Amino acid sequence: MSSRRTFLRAGLAAATALALSAGAVAAADITLLNVSYDPTRELYVDVNKAFAAEWAKSHPTDTVKINQSHGGSGKQARSVIDGLEADVVTLALAYDIDAIAERGYLAKDWQKRLPDNASPYTSTIVFLVRKGNPKGIKDWDDLVKPGIKVVTPNPKTSGGARWNYLGAWGYALKKNGGDEAKAKDFVKALFKNAPVLDTGARGATVTFVERNIGDVLIAWENEAYLSVNELGPDKFDIITPSVSILAEPPVAVVDKVVDKKGTRAISEAYLKFLYTPAGQEIAAKNYYRPRDEQVAAKYKDKFAKVDLFTIDQVFGGWQKAQKTHFSDGGVFDQITGN
Amino acid sequence: MNALDQTSGHTVAHGASEGLPSALEQSHTYATHRGRPVRTEPRAVRIVLTVIALAFVGLFIGLPLVTVFYEAFKRGWQAYVAALVAPDALAAIQLTLIVAAISVVANLLFGLVAAWSIAKFEFPGKTFLITLIDLPFSVSPVVAGLVYVLLFGSQGLFAAYLQAWDIKIIFALPGIVLATIFVTFPFVARELIPLMQEQGTAEEEAAISLGASGLSTFFRVTLPNVKWALLYGVLLCNARAMGEFGAVSVVSGHVRGLTNTMPLHIEILYNEYQFVASFAVASLLALLALVTLIAKTILEHRLAEEDR
Repeated sequence: MSSRRTFLRAGLAAATALALSAGAVAAADITLLNVSYDPTRELYVDVNKAFAAEWAKSHPTDTVKINQSHGGSGKQARSVIDGLEADVVTLALAYDIDAIAERGYLAKDWQKRLPDNASPYTSTIVFLVRKGNPKGIKDWDDLVKPGIKVVTPNPKTSGGARWNYLGAWGYALKKNGGDEAKAKDFVKALFKNAPVLDTGARGATVTFVERNIGDVLIAWENEAYLSVNELGPDKFDIITPSVSILAEPPVAVVDKVVDKKGTRAISEAYLKFLYTPAGQEIAAKNYYRPRDEQVAAKYKDKFAKVDLFTIDQVFGGWQKAQKTHFSDGGVFDQITGN
Repeated sequence: MNALDQTSGHTVAHGASEGLPSALEQSHTYATHRGRPVRTEPRAVRIVLTVIALAFVGLFIGLPLVTVFYEAFKRGWQAYVAALVAPDALAAIQLTLIVAAISVVANLLFGLVAAWSIAKFEFPGKTFLITLIDLPFSVSPVVAGLVYVLLFGSQGLFAAYLQAWDIKIIFALPGIVLATIFVTFPFVARELIPLMQEQGTAEEEAAISLGASGLSTFFRVTLPNVKWALLYGVLLCNARAMGEFGAVSVVSGHVRGLTNTMPLHIEILYNEYQFVASFAVASLLALLALVTLIAKTILEHRLAEEDR
């Protein structure tokens, strides 16, 4: 009995020693959490698979698991602030990551740590209409016509909706030679046509495609293509407006979390993978516009040509746009009468 | 429904109770009196009212239930099973079962203790306690979830303490369990309190005066007296624990395969255009509802029997 116990104890000690020495040569069970926004579910399923394979090449003893969490961009940022331990955040707009940085979770200059404003892929805002475009919607102007029902999520909670809003505003500015008052009237008329405001981009898409509400959905380009592919090209058409906004969904490593968990190296590698040709191809296949010129050239037929303006050009950056338009009592509140 | 009444009526009949006004006997009575105008309402009014009532139930409860199963099996058995054994679905089912198990046990203990002290003893603050137990019924589950975020989140009241000890509550199992316990708090206690109050303390006093210890009095007198009500409360508590969406959604963090319960997983699948998978998981919750309903009917008959 006692000899058996000694034997067991020795075995346990040996196993522990083995486990420790294995840890020393850096074999590890690594679990990362990528907290992202609504429409990127499919993109990151593909990215995670490819990255895990890539990482295994240089770290054959590691097992990598990347968990995903999705929701409205602003809501997701809030969760990270409240303690959701994200190794990386891949959100819809820089302002939401700024909000996380403000609480000290990551360096305030996070957007300079990676190329292209830390946005490995871009997108833009397009219109999804019913097959055959029965209401003849061709450009932003058509959205403010009386009797047109527009579906868009709520800019207060959805990152995509903020891009929608700023896209409309930028178009109106351009058309009216920079007249802010006219732009305001235009956007006001647009939201008058949008009686239902879902909290997230995916919710708005479901409202439009599943519940059959509305004549036009203002949506992320990638979300519009996904809907068409998932639900049949015989049901919807994608309309690309003459002018739209260059949406740059940024990515960042959350310093406080990766330093605590010891996952900085792999988290940074994960984000850098998005910039590699392989990562860019995955983005393009999921209808995000790639930054890499070669990949972009390869997939150029996939994306309609559209005159794109950036938020820095027209609105002076996210901080300013957020403050002017979406803060409490801002322009959005004024035009929707809150 | 009728089949249900018959089976439980049958059980009760075996229980040697007489004069039970079960639906079964009533329908027999009606059958023998058929054709004789016992009621004052004209036949047409009765038919119209019955049809309206049935149409309502069919439209608002029957049809959605059928739809769930119809959508779930739309692409056949294989798709249905595949949806249920997908890793994320299994993880969601497992999490739901764990959460329900913990919350039910916690609320069972709490419910018994609370009901026992409220029904059998007098103490200051008793009315306040009863009101407090009911609070989760009147508070929106979302608010309940937010309260836990405010308490245990990184910006919350206990943030410093939790971080120092590296304890994760929000966006992990403990937070989900806490939120679920909160919303299912009243079920067991609410079932027990009126029954225990009605039964009074006479039997316990008799047991004690005959020399039984406190513990043995509880297990041999108090507990057997309330066992059906207790089961009934546990049943409702379990159904709610498994089905809770709002409160859990706030504290979950929505990490796939980790912190999504079945209701949250159903929403995700639906939003990903995986309608068959979404309804397949939903059908499990629907089945749970049906089982709960059947068990509830049986328990209600038992309770009625005890009352006699």
